[in-house]
Amino acid sequence: MTEIRNFTLNFGPQHPAAHGVLRLVLEMDGEVIHKADPHIGLLHRATEKLAESKPFNQSIGYMDRLDYMSMMCNEHAYVRAIENLLGIRPPERALHIRVMFDEITRVLNHLLWIGSHALDVGAMTVFLYAFREREDLMDCYEAVSGTRMHATYYRPGGVYRDLPDTMPRYQVSRWRGERDVARRNEARSGSLLDFIQDFTERFPKCVDEYETLLTENRIWKQRTVNIGVVTPERALQLGFTGPMLRGSGIEWDLRKKQPYAAYDQVDFDVPVGVNGDCYDRYLCRVEELRQANRIIRQCVDWLRANPGPVMLGDHKVTPPRRSEMKGDMESLIHHFKLFTEGYCVPEGETYAAVEAPKGEFGIWLVSDGANKPYRVKCRAPGFAHLAAMDEMVRGHMLADVVAVIGTMDIVFGEIDR
Amino acid sequence: MSRIEATAQALESRIGARARRVASLAGEIAIEVAPAQLVSVCRDLRDLPELAFEQLTDLSGIDYLEHGRAEWVTEAATSTGFSRGVERGPAPVAEDQARFAVTYHLLSVSRNVRLRVRCRCLAGEPPMLDSVTGIWASANWYEREAFDLFGILFRGHPDLRRILTDYGFIGHPFRKDFPLIGNVEVRYDPARGRVVYEPVSIEPRTTVPKVIRKDHVADAPETGND
Repeated sequence: MTEIRNFTLNFGPQHPAAHGVLRLVLEMDGEVIHKADPHIGLLHRATEKLAESKPFNQSIGYMDRLDYMSMMCNEHAYVRAIENLLGIRPPERALHIRVMFDEITRVLNHLLWIGSHALDVGAMTVFLYAFREREDLMDCYEAVSGTRMHATYYRPGGVYRDLPDTMPRYQVSRWRGERDVARRNEARSGSLLDFIQDFTERFPKCVDEYETLLTENRIWKQRTVNIGVVTPERALQLGFTGPMLRGSGIEWDLRKKQPYAAYDQVDFDVPVGVNGDCYDRYLCRVEELRQANRIIRQCVDWLRANPGPVMLGDHKVTPPRRSEMKGDMESLIHHFKLFTEGYCVPEGETYAAVEAPKGEFGIWLVSDGANKPYRVKCRAPGFAHLAAMDEMVRGHMLADVVAVIGTMDIVFGEIDR
Repeated sequence: MSRIEATAQALESRIGARARRVASLAGEIAIEVAPAQLVSVCRDLRDLPELAFEQLTDLSGIDYLEHGRAEWVTEAATSTGFSRGVERGPAPVAEDQARFAVTYHLLSVSRNVRLRVRCRCLAGEPPMLDSVTGIWASANWYEREAFDLFGILFRGHPDLRRILTDYGFIGHPFRKDFPLIGNVEVRYDPARGRVVYEPVSIEPRTTVPKVIRKDHVADAPETGND
């Protein structure tokens, strides 16, 4: 009698389909998963502890590096928590800029997700298409903040600076001729808002392109329909948020239910799935791309019509202008205090959440009245999603694990923190 | 905000003396629960229709060891100026029982309201609380995280393993008496042909001391000359 026993397979931590450093210990019966035990923490950087050792503003940059695919949304939750405790509300224009960049971030994130999810499941082309559009949006990041990913653009009291009048442009080089550069720079001749408007006009066509590649694709449907089904009750139990919750048929979107920034002033729809499988979540996210585009367009129009300050004038919290510092003693003192010691936040605690592309990204901030946070806890959506890995892949084939990782939109920066 | 008020009333009538309202910002609601009542209160918070907190969005530990303690006091006058250096003595000793606490962030999707529940662990080492994994499945990993980072044990947790730190890690890094730079450093030793762990060789340094000021809390935006 030969002994039959389950096979234990180690997946990752270095695996292209693991979306980072996920180590999965899979107990397999043939090709069927009996148990999946995700090992995480290989990217743990103790962001929360680091934040506790620094003045409030110095940790904004860390937030970008949590979910490094939705940078500004993380910043948004953090600065909102600080603003709650300080009891300040940024100028209206800053709120609209935040909404616009939150949605640009959502598009950025979903483009990466659609590309890598499709790539995992075997469709190469979508990835190339998605990265073409990502390039333009990262240029928007670059235009406002100077960096293409880790922007540190949101600040308590507003945003770092107003939208620029020019866009970065391509230069003629050995690899790019004059005609090519002229074509690429066509949309970049005006201001940032012109460029974003141009993007919103061509983007729906791009989403159509992705959809022609996937939505009715036989292989795509075979790989995603009825894979990783989560019932609405379980989705709530497991702490799912964002598209993972909506895919299961629960209409829950913080932007609608608990509006923050200027989300109550823009018009958009929230797509909801029916079956709670990978395919429904895919459809939800694709529709979110279109809705995000709608919101961006509305913000562009609003921002064109409403110039104004983008930062509060309270120099106990926000730095004074450079020119003021040169001539005004008080501004100089404010600047010195802000950049050496920071500002003290009144004692108290708050929880501020935003609807990040992956779900609810929240910051629980405790202050004891000091210039540094006493405790920062980042509630990352991916953490709860990955915790449900075992339940979602049990009974599925090994190849479906990859589809489930893709549908969860896992990014280890936020899970490991 | 009426949803908050309705929740406050429901808490008052259904949870009653088992929980205590604690101060929170406007638009938020927070209660504190004694460890003995934690599980029964949580079950009611989930199951009673007028509360219906179906989801545990977050659970996190906190260490109150250094709460309210500044590193740089400048209130008294000085004739020599203030040194910005932070002196590192032995870690402060915990004075009372309430060093560790666990905070639960609950969300009611049907009623669109959030609730923060805080539960302070009883004195003694290791701090211990009952697990709420039986009430909300999402508590599983969150409790593992709180155990890993703070050393809080959760009674009844099905699989309380470390989750974020390295395999074989010693200590609970988010405790306030755990140094920011850690205790060990890792390098590859060519002589032994493997990675070795050694005590840290760098000095801890505070670049910005922790200061508590009550006098310049931001109030209404200034419209003056700056």
